[in-house]
Amino acid sequence: MRRPVSASCALLQVRDLVTEFAGREGRLRAVDRVSFSLERGEILGLVGESGSGKSVTGFSIMGLVDAPGRIAGGSVKFDGVELVGMADGELRRLRGKRIAMIFQDPMMTLNPVLSIETQMLETVLAHDAVPRQEARRRAIEALGLVGIASPAERLAQYPHQFSGGMRQRVAIAIALLHRPDLIIADEPTTALDVTVQGQILYEMQRLVRESGAALVWITHDLAVVAGLADRVAVMYAGRIVEQGSTAEVLDAALHPYARGLLDSVPAANAAGGRLRQIPGMTPSLAHLPAGCAFRDRCAYADDACAAVPGITLRGSRQVRCHHPLFEAVS
Amino acid sequence: MTVYVLRRLAQTLLVLLLTSGLVFGGLYLVGDPVEILVNPQADQEERARSAAALGLDRPALEQYWIFLKGAFSGDLGKSFVFGRSALEVIIERMPATLELALLAMVMSVGLGIPLGLYAGLRPHGLAARAIMAGSILGFSLPTFWVGLLLIMVFAVQLGWLPSTGRGPTTEFLGVQVSILTWEGLRYALLPALNLALFKLSLIVRLTRAQVREQSLLDYIRFARAKGLKRARVIGVHLLKNILIPLITVIGLELGSVIAFAVVTETIFAWPGMGKLVIDSIFQLDRPVVVAYLLVTVFMFIMINLVVDLLYSALDPRVRIAEVKS
Repeated sequence: MRRPVSASCALLQVRDLVTEFAGREGRLRAVDRVSFSLERGEILGLVGESGSGKSVTGFSIMGLVDAPGRIAGGSVKFDGVELVGMADGELRRLRGKRIAMIFQDPMMTLNPVLSIETQMLETVLAHDAVPRQEARRRAIEALGLVGIASPAERLAQYPHQFSGGMRQRVAIAIALLHRPDLIIADEPTTALDVTVQGQILYEMQRLVRESGAALVWITHDLAVVAGLADRVAVMYAGRIVEQGSTAEVLDAALHPYARGLLDSVPAANAAGGRLRQIPGMTPSLAHLPAGCAFRDRCAYADDACAAVPGITLRGSRQVRCHHPLFEAVS
Repeated sequence: MTVYVLRRLAQTLLVLLLTSGLVFGGLYLVGDPVEILVNPQADQEERARSAAALGLDRPALEQYWIFLKGAFSGDLGKSFVFGRSALEVIIERMPATLELALLAMVMSVGLGIPLGLYAGLRPHGLAARAIMAGSILGFSLPTFWVGLLLIMVFAVQLGWLPSTGRGPTTEFLGVQVSILTWEGLRYALLPALNLALFKLSLIVRLTRAQVREQSLLDYIRFARAKGLKRARVIGVHLLKNILIPLITVIGLELGSVIAFAVVTETIFAWPGMGKLVIDSIFQLDRPVVVAYLLVTVFMFIMINLVVDLLYSALDPRVRIAEVKS
């Protein structure tokens, strides 16, 4: 069933992606020259605060950016095929079939007035012309896969009869229906209780490993990324400021913002000590400082930071900073 | 479900009782029908005879009691003016009003939902702006003026449609209906359009607002992320959600179209209940007015009951059985 792996070709290759939103204050760049790539079966953690453009990056890959937003430049190659500028009909055939998405709030993602059966079967039938019985069988199988007990009975129920965690499992089951090559998960555990979060995280990891799908896990929670992702990309104000393997980035971040983000995790601080935090607030996209967007809040900023920093490579790591914290690595 | 419907019917009886009391009392206070019904030249004795014949010589409470006793056996009294059963007079006129109301609602729903959907999905397009501007006119222009304008344009200037009256009727399920033949429908088009215009504007605006609000919600985006065709996302996912608030408004509006078609019926000389009740109020024909109001209230309640049942059919979160307690 699975397509032959084209040699040396990344599954997903995002190059200089720019997504803009037209508003009263002119065009705002929610995603600014974002580049990353993803191999088959790889898990990338896309980390950032709210408003950093991580969700918009996910929607841009799916081609789900609505007016007044639009993809203003760059390229998204999926399995060698360019998605930017692709006709909506073709894109639709990829969505849900080879690229699936899971959303943040399971209370909002399932349609409240349609039964789970309707919502699952339509997903199967949107891509495969199979009899309803076969579609039903696949739906039940997918529900069982994500750990929902007595899936055949649950299928007839409506979303309000499920708890938050169960709804997210249903959403994951829907995403897995066609065994996609790529899953984009937009903070799928944020709206859940901590215990449920752990379960979902565990299930996702297991399912991704079993199905061999690549995963982009969008989150603001570094702790989640630590146990899950192979690589991490940290976003700030629409740009990826640092990316590298999870262990490297979490051990010793090179970008002052990424470092600040790590330091503000309570567990990283000595008990009783004052919690460290990044000074200032996340700037709104309309009032970004010229040059490096972080320079107003950065302890290392100087005149050089008035220019947009380029990407500095060190091994497999990338950092977008004039003053990367190499000395601190050692 | 059955328990729920039975309870609602019991409530209906209570409302009908209250309404009848209020209307009876109100009309009693307005004036003495004998003054209007009897020839002004008549002498005292003749007036007393007329009053006794109509039962108007008894104390008010006793008159009401007699009315109630009749009402429970289905007799709402005799019209003072027509000398026939008031209910019969009403029911005779009802098909005319009902078919007009139905046609008007079909027009406003059939046009209003598609137009509202379009305006909501392409809010910045020229056509959407034109629809919204038009709906403001539909809202604000007075019905009688629009009615006269319609007659001027379509009946007088263009001569396409007749201006007044009801067309030839055919019998359908034992009721005289005019809109089933083209000839009869031609008579009904202008008054129905006149009646529909306000509702149409309301439904357009409501649909648009709902579409704008619901399109932003995650379930729409999720439906698209699943790779569904646009037609299914809009026609099933979006439409089913916006229908829930729309049904309520459509139900209320259907009630009000039936009950308050007076202006339109007067302008187009449509022989419906609205015109009858205005005449009856002027003549203090109490049995007809009371019967009319009871029939209208009953219909209002029935429509609302149907709306509630539809509501629970559309929205799984509001299953009637759960509301029982």
